[in-house]
Amino acid sequence: MKIALKDKSFDPFTEIRDFQAAMNADGRFGAAAFFIGSMRDLNENEKVISMELEHYPGMTEKHLYDIAARANEKWPLIDALILHRVGVVNIADPIVVVAVWSAHRAAAFDACRFIMEDLKSKAPFWKKETTVAGERWVEKNTPGFTDIR
Amino acid sequence: MKVKVKYFASLKDRIGHAEDEVELPEGARVCDLWRRVSHEDSIPERVMTAVNMEYVQADAPIRDGDEVAFFPPVTGG
Repeated sequence: MKIALKDKSFDPFTEIRDFQAAMNADGRFGAAAFFIGSMRDLNENEKVISMELEHYPGMTEKHLYDIAARANEKWPLIDALILHRVGVVNIADPIVVVAVWSAHRAAAFDACRFIMEDLKSKAPFWKKETTVAGERWVEKNTPGFTDIR
Repeated sequence: MKVKVKYFASLKDRIGHAEDEVELPEGARVCDLWRRVSHEDSIPERVMTAVNMEYVQADAPIRDGDEVAFFPPVTGG
């Protein structure tokens, strides 16, 4: 299990590939589910220029470890990776990566979703956007579920 | 007893600084600390509270040396 905060732009695909290779679990996992969240150039109908991500050093890392540990108790996971940006983030930069590996897809999909939704609603991060009109704190996250069933 | 208080994001801007050290009477709770630092009667519904980096409710007890944090809804991911 790896949790890391990144203060610079990173390539999620390289990170996932390298982590998977280091897991040394080839043949054991039949399913891997990845979520990558990236920065958009529009929020609340306003053009966003850049964004700064504040966090609570210590609690943020602890909370992410706790989420991953809970997912690991709920589902039979082989491994999990959570990466999250802090500091100044630019348009199209990846912000978050959640990747989980399991024997079967149900656990991989569900655990990935569980980690991501908990992170969105409870992990201590705060976004401050810079728009053409100035700076503003993002007040709330969008809901994570659409009724697709 | 003495506790360390931390504020984040828009709440830090509103309070005007990121940290405080506050003397409290024994038996004080998170809501008592909020009253002291914000001069508001109760913790607004949207303010989240943590003691020693664990989420707690407003009536959670505080002990000497604790780190208490107040912050707005989180917006990561």
